[in-house]
Amino acid sequence: MIYVVVGAGPAGVVAAEQLRKLDPLANIMIIGSEPEPPYSRMAIPYYLTEKIDESGTYLRKADQHYSLRDITIIQQRVTKIDTAMNTVITESGEKYRYDKLLLATGASPSVPPVPGIDLPGVHNCWTLEDAREIVRLARPGASVLLMGAGFIGCIILESLVLRDVKLTVVEMENRMVPRMMNEVSGNMIKRWCEQKGVDVHTSTRADSIESAGGGKLKVNLNGGQSVEADLVITATGVKSNMQFAIDSGLHSDQGILVNSFLQTSNEDVYAAGDVCQGKDFSTGEYTVQAIQPTAVEHAKVAAGNMVRGHRSEHIGNVNMNVLDTLGLVSASFGLWMGAEGGDSSELVNEDAYRYLNLQFKDDVLVGASSLGLTQHVGVLRGLIQSETPLGVWKDRLMKDPMRIMEAYLACSQAQVATA
Amino acid sequence: MLKSLNIDPGKCTGCLQCEMACSLENEGVFNTAKSRIKVFTFHEEGRFVPYTCTQCDEAWCMQACPVDAIVINAATGSKDVKNDLCVGCKVCTIACPFGTINYNADSGKVVKCDLCGGDPQCASACPTDAITYVDANATGLDKMRQWAGKTDNAGA
Ligand SMILES: Cc1cc2nc3c(=O)[nH]c(=O)nc-3n(C[C@H](O)[C@H](O)[C@H](O)COP(=O)(O)OP(=O)(O)OC[C@H]3O[C@@H](n4cnc5c(N)ncnc54)[C@H](O)[C@@H]3O)c2cc1C
Ligand code: SF4
Repeated sequence: MIYVVVGAGPAGVVAAEQLRKLDPLANIMIIGSEPEPPYSRMAIPYYLTEKIDESGTYLRKADQHYSLRDITIIQQRVTKIDTAMNTVITESGEKYRYDKLLLATGASPSVPPVPGIDLPGVHNCWTLEDAREIVRLARPGASVLLMGAGFIGCIILESLVLRDVKLTVVEMENRMVPRMMNEVSGNMIKRWCEQKGVDVHTSTRADSIESAGGGKLKVNLNGGQSVEADLVITATGVKSNMQFAIDSGLHSDQGILVNSFLQTSNEDVYAAGDVCQGKDFSTGEYTVQAIQPTAVEHAKVAAGNMVRGHRSEHIGNVNMNVLDTLGLVSASFGLWMGAEGGDSSELVNEDAYRYLNLQFKDDVLVGASSLGLTQHVGVLRGLIQSETPLGVWKDRLMKDPMRIMEAYLACSQAQVATA
Repeated sequence: MLKSLNIDPGKCTGCLQCEMACSLENEGVFNTAKSRIKVFTFHEEGRFVPYTCTQCDEAWCMQACPVDAIVINAATGSKDVKNDLCVGCKVCTIACPFGTINYNADSGKVVKCDLCGGDPQCASACPTDAITYVDANATGLDKMRQWAGKTDNAGA
């Protein structure tokens, strides 16, 4: 068998390793377009703060990791799939034949339609190459404007503050991390950031960017105000890297469309990670979650299904995020915004920056979001994904959501079972 | 034969010797807040439940880690955090459905049970045998793992 994996991010690497495990004799090749050894975008924020150097972002640390597993890595950009000939074609015209193909090409930042967005000094924070530029420009004391306070924006926010820049954040929605936190907790994060000296503008749009001379930029906001900056970083959403796949005839929507075996509209082609519109555990709908744990789980399931004799259905991923905003840790899981006909319970302590919100459907936990909690948060995922009936604990949690760990132990751990 | 921690909450009196021993072994201080094993109290029933990582086969924490900072200890089977590699991203803490890998703000890294390298101090310290270190097959962990299996996308 010849397996070709396009994309050398977490999805591609985990898939290749899983393929090797299940098919010891196969030919396995990863084709990735970036020049570095396979690395994790997720580690970039820690490269920016100099907690790690570039090699600290690498997905696997041993020099021989790939060669020991007989996984060939080729640096090329794939531009076409010839599905009739089971061949992928690269930018430089090379052709690679496959029996089964995995598309793990990830996503790229979307470019907001703002005049001046292509000026020098405006950057994404997505690749190691971007990160090197940011390290060069975000010197202590520099003025930096961050467009977008979504999940990725907020992660970069912390790195920038730790680099001692003067930071302004602009977010269109009425709170920070709008796709992860509700108004109460999203605004608690905002207040926290402001207390740490970050200038946060929510419900605000950057209308245009212009050159202000001397290498500086001027960002005009929709309220009429403008902000001068040495560096503008955009983090306004992502879009799947799939144009070449669409041009090659694969079906797509937000991402490449797959069935519950992560197989695309072509039976020899699978998809995983940020490029894949996979099943959401909570809603049963197919969406692009664009998070690390989902990329890795997709990769495992897809790789399994690519190998003859192994077939397992993808039950869907719980959407989940964890974020550290200058020491305030937040997390969200599943239907954190609530389920139709469900109940919710909430604990708010504005002064202590503590927050916990649980969402139920009948007596099952279906979603949660938290602020300021770092111990045992994983059980929120566990309870959601196992759909454990909470029985009498549902009412207790409605009164006091902080008893979640007791509820978890009582309901899910056989050796503990009481009520 | 790999061994694992066997926990029998029925025998636990809530003395917290395990938490003290864990904190001393791993953090060098007697501070139950720093322990990797936690004793939960059910006030209504007057019951105590010691709880820590089961070193599960699925190792969600290890799978989710973006920088290979969690590795299997070949001698004990435990999943260990490599402090020099951990960047503190916390993805493992939300991926673990048992909630047994947790963020430590002081170090900026995560901590979890590593079976003390094969001589778990909580088990040695427990005066009532509520925590013992025994052959993996003999433990009641199967049920817990079965529950965890429901969380596994890749199936068995
Ligand atoms: C700064 C930052 C912080 C993040 N933090 C978190 C976090 O805390 N938690 C979280 O869950 N997620 C986080 N993410 C998201 C996470 O990194 C992604 O979900 C994850 O990288 C997806 O993995 P992937 O393998 O699908 O795609 P990617 O990691 O994007 O890898 C795709 C690979 O495909 C290659 N490629 C693309 N097109 C082609 C082509 N045509 N031919 C050949 N190769 C190609 C790319 O070069 C790349 O190597 C973060 C992302 C960023 C940028
Ligand atoms: S917190 Fe550390 S161990 Fe956990 S996933 Fe992140 S880097 Fe890996």
